[in-house]
Amino acid sequence: MSPCAKPILTPVLSFIIFILIWEITVRYSGWDKNIFPDPLTVLISMGELIRSGCLLKHTVASLFRVTAGFYLAAILGIPLGIFLGRNYTAALFFNPIINFLRPISPLAWIPLAMLWFGIGDQPAIFLIFLSSFFPIVVATTVAVQSINPTYFYVAANFDFKKYEVLSKIVIPAIIPSIVTSLRITVTIAWIVVVAAEMIAVQSGLGYLILDSRNGLRMDYVMDAMIVIGLIGLFLDYIMRRISNIGSTVWATVER
Amino acid sequence: MGNILIKKISKEFCNRRRSSRESDNPCPYGDVVSVLNKIDLEIKEGEMACILGPSGCGKSTLLRIIAGFDKQTSGSLAINGKEVDGPSSNNIFVFQHSGLLPWMTVWQNVELGLRHMKNPEEKNHKILEYIQMVELDGFEHHYPYQLSGGMQRRAELARALAVNPDILIMDEPFSGLDFLTHMKMREEVVNMHQFLEKTILMVTHDIDDALIMGDRVVVFSNRPSEIKVNRRLDFSHPRIFEKNPELQDIRDELFLMLGVSYGV
Repeated sequence: MSPCAKPILTPVLSFIIFILIWEITVRYSGWDKNIFPDPLTVLISMGELIRSGCLLKHTVASLFRVTAGFYLAAILGIPLGIFLGRNYTAALFFNPIINFLRPISPLAWIPLAMLWFGIGDQPAIFLIFLSSFFPIVVATTVAVQSINPTYFYVAANFDFKKYEVLSKIVIPAIIPSIVTSLRITVTIAWIVVVAAEMIAVQSGLGYLILDSRNGLRMDYVMDAMIVIGLIGLFLDYIMRRISNIGSTVWATVER
Repeated sequence: MGNILIKKISKEFCNRRRSSRESDNPCPYGDVVSVLNKIDLEIKEGEMACILGPSGCGKSTLLRIIAGFDKQTSGSLAINGKEVDGPSSNNIFVFQHSGLLPWMTVWQNVELGLRHMKNPEEKNHKILEYIQMVELDGFEHHYPYQLSGGMQRRAELARALAVNPDILIMDEPFSGLDFLTHMKMREEVVNMHQFLEKTILMVTHDIDDALIMGDRVVVFSNRPSEIKVNRRLDFSHPRIFEKNPELQDIRDELFLMLGVSYGV
């Protein structure tokens, strides 16, 4: 095996072994195929779902909600985090509230979200927003607070205006930590969307799982799970690519 | 211009974290550490002054006060006859550990001090000029982490000089460099000083640095610091201890004063 092929072939091999173990478990467990479908059945039903357009529809619906909630959380959370990181008094004021709300599972908000926003995209987006917002705020605040003070002295020494301190020091300094925190948060958001869709909406991969369970189609349940896993993998891959762009490389070497 | 006049400057710290913020009673729980004790010092325009002293004696604190990063507890500090009330690009600080912004290339770092220049052609020309002055041409678009320690110091020096400040404040600029790089940087700074005639204030722990580079050597005592020696060094360059018995005598004297019985 050439050294370049190894990082690609090894993960493929791990998936093949995983599927083999799955197949063997189904065969020797003695469970009915309706309860524990084997890989081939799942693959065939996956084809059905793709051909009917059903899978695409639900996937798009889930991705839309995650994107909307996650972007909203980032757009509001990062500036708030920067503000709290730069303003000691504001941090003292807001931190107790944030740290009080943060450990409450977004799922606990489901009853309220449904009452406030009704049925549809909005409660789901709200829940994803909640799941991403607090981690992003906290990560940004910590990132700003841990900027090496030397850089602020440099800024003062070179007569930086306030906006220059923000654009030339604070933002570039925190980008690496922000990218890392977004990478973790997008995974949380993706976990939460499935749960939210089981309750508040009539579409999405979470709804597909719930609906298939009601129809006793465990093969469809597994199809939805596989798609969720693959998209999670894909989202993580994208975020990892982002963390390798030029403006963040310095951080991996500095620390 | 570049005259620094320090009169009876004292600095006290609280022996408690997070309490350096000014208030009526800065140390409610006592534990005042007096770092600088009524320091009087004048550094004349174009002079290169080297400050020596035991570690923890407040040399760096004095530099930070002069740069405007920190405020003295009492006493007055004037640069060019004007009371200092904050940092200014007229006196650029060169940090002990790199002060280069790591997310910017050498070029962008040097550009910081020239960013207000209107004519882009003129500006690029200036940036290149300073990069060439410290012999970093070819590394303009490298990030600081891609440079060696000595190159990082030179890049920071270029950035500082590009602002064309009256005063350069250097806090142990050679610490962490290997021996040969240290020697080379010493030579470069002396050449730069003779060429540009800026006022330079440098803290060092290296007695030879002070004696070879300085027009004036200042020695601090232990905390709370007072000035033990303040002496003009009017020797021509290159200064070689073996050929200059007077310089050699001063060196022996300083070693003894700083508590090293030399001749191990």
